[in-house]
Amino acid sequence: MPKDHGIGASSKRREDVRFLTGKGVYTDDLALHGEVHAVMVRSTVAHGSIKAVGTARAAGMPGVLAVFTGEDFAAVGGNPAGWLINSRDGTPMREPKRPVLAHGKVRHVGDAYAAVVAETYEQARDAAQAVSDDSEITELPAIVDMAAAVANPGNRVHDEIPDNLCFDWGWIEDNRAAVDAAIKAAPHVTTLELVNNRLVPNAMEPRASIGEYFPGTGDYKLTTTSQNPHLTRLLIAAFVMGIPENKLQVVAPDVGGGFGSKIYHYGEEAVVLAAAKKLARPVRWTAERSESFLSDAHGRDHVTKIELACEKDGTFIAFRTETLANVGAYLSNFSTATPTFLHGTLMAGPYKVPNVYVNVKTVFTNTAPVDAYRGAGRPEATFSLERVVDKMCRELGLDPFEVRRKNLITKDMFPYTTPVGLAYDTGDYQATLDKAIAMADVAGFEARRAASAAKGKLRGMGLSTWIEACGIAPSHLVGVLGSRVGLYDAATVRVNATGSISVMTGAHSHGQGHETVFAQIVADKLGIPESSVEIVHGDTAKIPFGMGSYGSRSLAVCGVAMAKAVDKIIAKGKKIAAHMLEAAEGDITFEDGKFAVAGTDKAKTFGEIAFSAYVPHNYPLETLEPGLEETSFYDPANFTYPAGAYLCEVEVDAETGKVDIAAFRCADDFGNIMNPMIVEGQVHGGVGQGIGQALLENTHYDENGQLLTGSFMDYAMPRADDVPFYNVDYSCQTPCTHNPLGVKGCGEAGAIGSPPAVVNAVIDALHRGGHSHVTHIDMPVSPSRVWSAING
Amino acid sequence: MTKVSMTVNGKPVSGVVEGRTLLSAFLREGLGLTGTHIGCDTSQCGACVVHVDGRAVKSCSIFAQEAAGATVTTIEGMANADGSLGAIQQAFQDHHGLQCGFCTPGMVMSSAALLAENPKPSEAEVRHYLEGNICRCTGYHNIVKAVMAASGQDVSAVAAE
Ligand code: FES
Ligand code: FES
Repeated sequence: MPKDHGIGASSKRREDVRFLTGKGVYTDDLALHGEVHAVMVRSTVAHGSIKAVGTARAAGMPGVLAVFTGEDFAAVGGNPAGWLINSRDGTPMREPKRPVLAHGKVRHVGDAYAAVVAETYEQARDAAQAVSDDSEITELPAIVDMAAAVANPGNRVHDEIPDNLCFDWGWIEDNRAAVDAAIKAAPHVTTLELVNNRLVPNAMEPRASIGEYFPGTGDYKLTTTSQNPHLTRLLIAAFVMGIPENKLQVVAPDVGGGFGSKIYHYGEEAVVLAAAKKLARPVRWTAERSESFLSDAHGRDHVTKIELACEKDGTFIAFRTETLANVGAYLSNFSTATPTFLHGTLMAGPYKVPNVYVNVKTVFTNTAPVDAYRGAGRPEATFSLERVVDKMCRELGLDPFEVRRKNLITKDMFPYTTPVGLAYDTGDYQATLDKAIAMADVAGFEARRAASAAKGKLRGMGLSTWIEACGIAPSHLVGVLGSRVGLYDAATVRVNATGSISVMTGAHSHGQGHETVFAQIVADKLGIPESSVEIVHGDTAKIPFGMGSYGSRSLAVCGVAMAKAVDKIIAKGKKIAAHMLEAAEGDITFEDGKFAVAGTDKAKTFGEIAFSAYVPHNYPLETLEPGLEETSFYDPANFTYPAGAYLCEVEVDAETGKVDIAAFRCADDFGNIMNPMIVEGQVHGGVGQGIGQALLENTHYDENGQLLTGSFMDYAMPRADDVPFYNVDYSCQTPCTHNPLGVKGCGEAGAIGSPPAVVNAVIDALHRGGHSHVTHIDMPVSPSRVWSAING
Repeated sequence: MTKVSMTVNGKPVSGVVEGRTLLSAFLREGLGLTGTHIGCDTSQCGACVVHVDGRAVKSCSIFAQEAAGATVTTIEGMANADGSLGAIQQAFQDHHGLQCGFCTPGMVMSSAALLAENPKPSEAEVRHYLEGNICRCTGYHNIVKAVMAASGQDVSAVAAE
C-alpha cells in the first residue's frame, strides 16, 4: 500500500496551485514603484576591437537616464571562474578577466559592451539601437573552430593567450604511461571520434534581474533568476563590485527552470545594481529569447577521440580519451570544472576497467561561454563510453548486453575505487540492467522488429548503462580538485511558538518541488502534518548560507542538512520534555510527535514542547535555553553515485532518415525515494532533454561566429510530438551509505543516460536493416544525417 | 496612443495602448495579469496562450487593439467560481503535469481549447495539438497524461508502465 503522506508518499505539489492559477511570482512579474528599464547593447560581430562606443546621441534621446559602457566598470573586478585547474605540466590555467561589460574587445556575438537605462522599455530599446549604430567596432577574424583555434596562434580571443588554450589537463597524469602500454599490448582496440553537440539550455523563463538601492541604509537588493542566491551574492560582493556581503540581499523568487544556466553570475546583474545606485531607482532587465540564445551559458560542445582496449571476449582493459572542450569567449563560473572533474572522473563508468586516462584541452573561441548544463560533463563521459562500447561489440561480433554485464562492477565489490579517483560507495548495476531488460521485453524485440519492417521501418534497440557522481559537494574533495568554494549546504528549522514550522533551506527550487518534498521529510520525522511545515528558500536575507541547487544536490546535500537540523530539534525537544516531565533526558523517547518518559504514560505533544520553548516561565536557564530553532551545516563524506540502465527502441524511416522513439525504458537506482511522483517527473524531464540532444538540438555558429540557430524557429526544441511516454522504474534501491536519508539524487540522470541509448538504437536499426557500413552518426541524429549516413 | 476596451476574465477593462503594444504586454503590464508568460520573441513557445472569443491565441502574436471588444480569458480566469482549481488545472496537479510552472499557463489554456474542440483526444492528438507549447521541464509525459485524464479517460495504464 503506497504511503499517503511523509517520506515515500507521492504528495501532490503545493506549489502547483499558484503556478496553475497564474499567481506564481517570477522576476519579470514584479512591478516596483519608480522602476526604470535597462537594455543591453550587444555585439553583432563575433570578434572585434572596440574603437568607440557611441553614447552621445543615445544619452540625449527621450527618457534616457544613463548609458553605461565597459569603461564604467573597468575599475571593478571580473566575474571569476570557480575552479582552478592546472595543466599537465603543473602550470595554472589561463584565466582572462571577464568584465561586466566588454571593454577593449568584443569576443562573441551577443557580448554586451554597453547598457542603456530609460524610463520605459521602448525608450531604452530605441537608445540601445542608437548606441549600436553609432559605435565603431573593427571586426577581427572570428575564432570558431576549436582545432583551428589551437593551431593558429596568431589569432587570439584574448591577446595574452597565444594558443587560445585555457589548460591542457591530464587525469590522472600518473596513469598515462600504464594506459598507453596497456592499449599497445591489447588484443583489440576500438577507436571512435565523436562530437558532443553544443546545446542551449533554454529554460522557458528567460533570465531577468532587478536592481534596487536604498540610499538611506546603503543596502542593495538584487532580484534575479538564480539557482543559488548566496553564490550570486558572494560573486558580486567579493569579486565583481566590492559591496560588503551584508549590504547586498539577493532574492531568487519563482524561477522558471534553470538546468545549469542560472547557476552563474552574469554581467547584467552587476549593471542593474550599479544603475540602481546611480539613479536611486529600481532598474529592471529581462532578456528576450534572442538574447538568451546569445548570452546564456551554453552546454556540452566536446570533440572527443576515445579508444577502448579489450580482450577478444570483450573484457575491458583500458579507456583513453582526448577531448577538445569549448569554453567559449570567457570562463563562466563552473566552466573549468565541467569538462574536467565532472567528466574525467566519470570516465571509468560503471565498469571494472583497470586503466583509464583522460586528456582535456579547453579552448577559448569567439562563441558564448559554455558551462554546466543538466548533467554537466557526465553526459559527455557517458556518451563517449557507451558509444565506444557499442562500437566495439559490433567490431567483435559480441552481444552488447553480455559485454556490459561482464564488465560491470558487481555488488560485492563496493566500495569500489576507480582508476580516475572516485570511490563509489554502493550500487547494483546488474540489477538495474536486469530490470531494464525485463521492462523492455527484450525477448519480444524480434517480433516488434518484424512488425516495424512490415511498415517499411527499421527498428533498433540501444542500451546505455550509466553512472554519475552527484550531490555535488564534499568540500574536502572539491577542494582537492580545484574548487575555490566549499560545497556543503545548510538549513535552519524554526519551530514557531504555536507549533508550525518554518524551514529555511540553502536549496533553491526552480521546478524540483522542494516546497512539497522537504515538507514531507520534516513532517515525517516530527510526526506532524505536512501542512504545518513551510519551506522558505531563495532569499539571502531569510536563509542560511547555502550553495543552491545544481548537480542533483538539493536532496542529497541540502535535504540532509535539513534532516540533521530536525534531529537537533528533536534532541532539544527531549531536553525540554525532560524538564517539563521531571525525568532524566536519557529516559525521554520521541515517537509519533510525542515526547514521553519511557515505560510510563507521561508525555508531552510536540506542540506543547514548542509552546513551552517560547514561554519558558520556569526554565533552568543555566542548562536549558529557551527557543526551538536549529541550524545544521552538512558537508558529506563523498559524492553520491546514482546509476542505471536505459533502453531505447527506435524506428527509422530509411527513405527519409527520420527517427521516431518507439519506447524508452529507464531502470534507475537513486537510493531511497522521498516522493516517487516527483522522481518520475525528474527522469521524464531529463530523458526529454536527452532525446532533444540526441535527435533535435544543434547549436550552429557559422565560420564568422554568427549563431545561425538563435531562435526557436532554428533551434529544434523537443516538443510533445517528438517524444513518447517513458517507462520509469526506481525499484532497484541501494541506499547511499554516507547520508542518513540514503538518497542519491535524481535530477540529472535522464539527461546523462539517454543520449547514447538513442544513438545506439539508431545504429542498431541501421545495422539490422543492412546498412552495416554506418558505425557512428553525430548528434543530433537528424533525418539528413541519417539519410546521408545510409546513402553515403 | 489609443484607448482599447475588452472583457477579460468576465470583467470589462480598458487601457491606453500604443499601436505596437502586444496583447501579452497589455495583459501583463496594463492589467497586471502576469500569469500570461513571455517565453520567446518569435511566437514559438506558447507560454502566452490565452483565449480570445473562445479560441486559443498566442497573445504575443496579436496587438492589443486587435482584441478590442473581444472576450479574453487568461489563466487567472480558469479556476472555479469558488477559487478551487478547474478540472484541467486539477488534472495537471494530480498528474504532476508541471515543474517550474513557466509553460503551465499556456499549456492549460491550449489544453482547454483542445478539449473544447475534441473532448476525448487520443495521445497522438494531444501531442499534436500541444506542438506549439514548449516545456523544458517535464518531457511532456505528465502533461499529456493530465490532459487525457482531464478528458475523463483512464490513464492508469500509462501510470503503471
Ligand atoms: S511568448 Fe508568445 S509564443 Fe512565446
Ligand atoms: S514546467 Fe517548466 S517549462 Fe514546463
